[in-house]
Amino acid sequence: MANIESAQPASKRPETVPDNYPIIRVRDVWVSFGDHAVLKGLDLDVRRGEILGFVGASGGGKSVLMRSIIGLVKKQKGTIEVFGKDLDRLSEDERNAVERRWGVLFQHGALFSSLTVRQNIQFPLREYLDLSQRLMDEIAIAKLEMVGLPAFVAEKYPSQLSGGMIKRAALARSLVLDPEIVFLDEPTSGLDPISAGEFDDLIKALQQTLGLTVFMVTHDLDSLHNACDRIAALADGKIIATGTIDEMLKSDHPWLRAYFHGKRAASRVNGRKA
Amino acid sequence: MAAQAVSLNRKEEAGRLVLEATGRWISSFAGQIEPLVIDVEARKPKAASVAIDVSHIEQLDTSGAWLIERMRRDLEAKGAAAEIVGLNPRYRILLDEVQQTNTGKNAQEDDHNPVVDTLSSLGEMSVSFVKDTAEFIQFLGASVVSLGRVLVRPWTFRFTAVVNQMDRAGFRSIPIIVLILFLIGGILAQQGIFHFRKFGAETFVVDMVGILVLREVGVLITSIMIAGRSGSAYTAELGSMKMREEIDALRVMGRDPMEILILPRMIALIIALPLLTFIGSMAALFGGMVTAWLYGGFTPEVFLERLRDAISWSTFWVGMIKAPFMGAVIGLVACVEGLRVQGSAESLGEHTTASVVKSIFLVIVLDGAFAIFFASIDW
Repeated sequence: MANIESAQPASKRPETVPDNYPIIRVRDVWVSFGDHAVLKGLDLDVRRGEILGFVGASGGGKSVLMRSIIGLVKKQKGTIEVFGKDLDRLSEDERNAVERRWGVLFQHGALFSSLTVRQNIQFPLREYLDLSQRLMDEIAIAKLEMVGLPAFVAEKYPSQLSGGMIKRAALARSLVLDPEIVFLDEPTSGLDPISAGEFDDLIKALQQTLGLTVFMVTHDLDSLHNACDRIAALADGKIIATGTIDEMLKSDHPWLRAYFHGKRAASRVNGRKA
Repeated sequence: MAAQAVSLNRKEEAGRLVLEATGRWISSFAGQIEPLVIDVEARKPKAASVAIDVSHIEQLDTSGAWLIERMRRDLEAKGAAAEIVGLNPRYRILLDEVQQTNTGKNAQEDDHNPVVDTLSSLGEMSVSFVKDTAEFIQFLGASVVSLGRVLVRPWTFRFTAVVNQMDRAGFRSIPIIVLILFLIGGILAQQGIFHFRKFGAETFVVDMVGILVLREVGVLITSIMIAGRSGSAYTAELGSMKMREEIDALRVMGRDPMEILILPRMIALIIALPLLTFIGSMAALFGGMVTAWLYGGFTPEVFLERLRDAISWSTFWVGMIKAPFMGAVIGLVACVEGLRVQGSAESLGEHTTASVVKSIFLVIVLDGAFAIFFASIDW
């Protein structure tokens, strides 16, 4: 999917990277907190245009990997390339340009509580671009409606919204600059099954509409079945398997069997077979 | 690629107007695209039929798609049949998606009349002042009720919480209060000596420092310090607990937040403030004595002798009696403001500020009321 490319002016557009080169390439990444190593030489590729579901035990380092890719957690060793660029070797400006090309949905939304939803969504526009207020309003409403919220929500403050609405509004904010990658940290946690299902459909629809690459940390087996193209499983600080949901289900790895064939997963699998 | 990243060319073709969009219609260039669109919107189309040719667009995102859609809607509204032609199939879904947005009327803010605004904000202020007063009185009542409940059932009294709060709000503020009042005592003595020397009345400096510190300065400075240091902390603590529904959690577990959170804090301040005032006043007198010795040449023996003559028990008690009331006011304001915090971080900051400002104001007003009272009973 080379159609949606760099958002930089044409003159500064970087030399193109081959289409089949992974959009995120993580190699031998080590992260530890004190004596406790969370990631131990982790390798991972995310392909352009896919929805990658990232699973692992609670406290196993899923969010840590996501946060080290987006630069919130320092890694001790290893390389992380995004858009074919080594993030450690970028100047501040280049790094800003890369950051503009991804959006992040935090677990609890992280909407700015003192701004309305409209101001929240416009925040990246205001910071990065010089647009008229009218256009910013229109773009904000368009994004809001694309994530399935009615326009009147725009004038509400985050504290006046329900959990599902906060996630959608936060997604609208993360998408407002039309990023190429979105990182989602447990997007469906805390949502009812209907809203969670709608959220999965929304992610899929937006991925097709905007040509997004989606990196999704999740525990939601339904999301893994319905939304994800590929799944990467993290255990003991490393990726133990990557593949489609069917490959995961067939795997003999004990952790994967426990995860995908455990009590909670069993009904799902049986339901599929029936 | 052309020097200009985006363009919108007008062409006439067989009686219909063709608007040919080229370049990268993406949010980075939206600032350049919008004037082109506004230019189209400003003119009335002569042709009855308009085609927006998007086949030369290299790249399209939501912002670009919206601007094309906005142009199409504007042309339709002016009575021209507008259609989008040459759309690359991969942008089909995007444009369809955008066509379903911004259909309602945007909530626009009304224009404001500055005179009406001023009057209405003045009115709001008056109403909120009355509400404030009512709320303080109500809160005071509620805390007396819960104090009463604790007195009836003393085993429910949270002794540990009170001690903990006294440690945090009282004991740990000793160093800063001692330092500040030591300096203030020194400054008072220095100023006194400097000016009284002109009349040869240096010895009265001891009277002045003693009376001023014990009656007013000791308790006032201590209260202001505690309002800034501990009152604000109370407001912030209770406010963030309120934000995270912790106070509701207490309530649903059948526990009265008044009894668990507020009463210990208020009692801690009511006990701690007289103690701090005493320590602070002693520090100020000590500061005055040191300055008088180094700067004025009074030996400590002379200073103490003079001090014993200058002050009476009533001077000391006037300061001390005020202290627990100051503590109650600071605690009350801090807790009321803390519980008023709404969901946002901004609201937390607003109420913390209000807590400090209001408690310092009330401390000074209360001090004034006490001054009138003590004057009328001749203390």
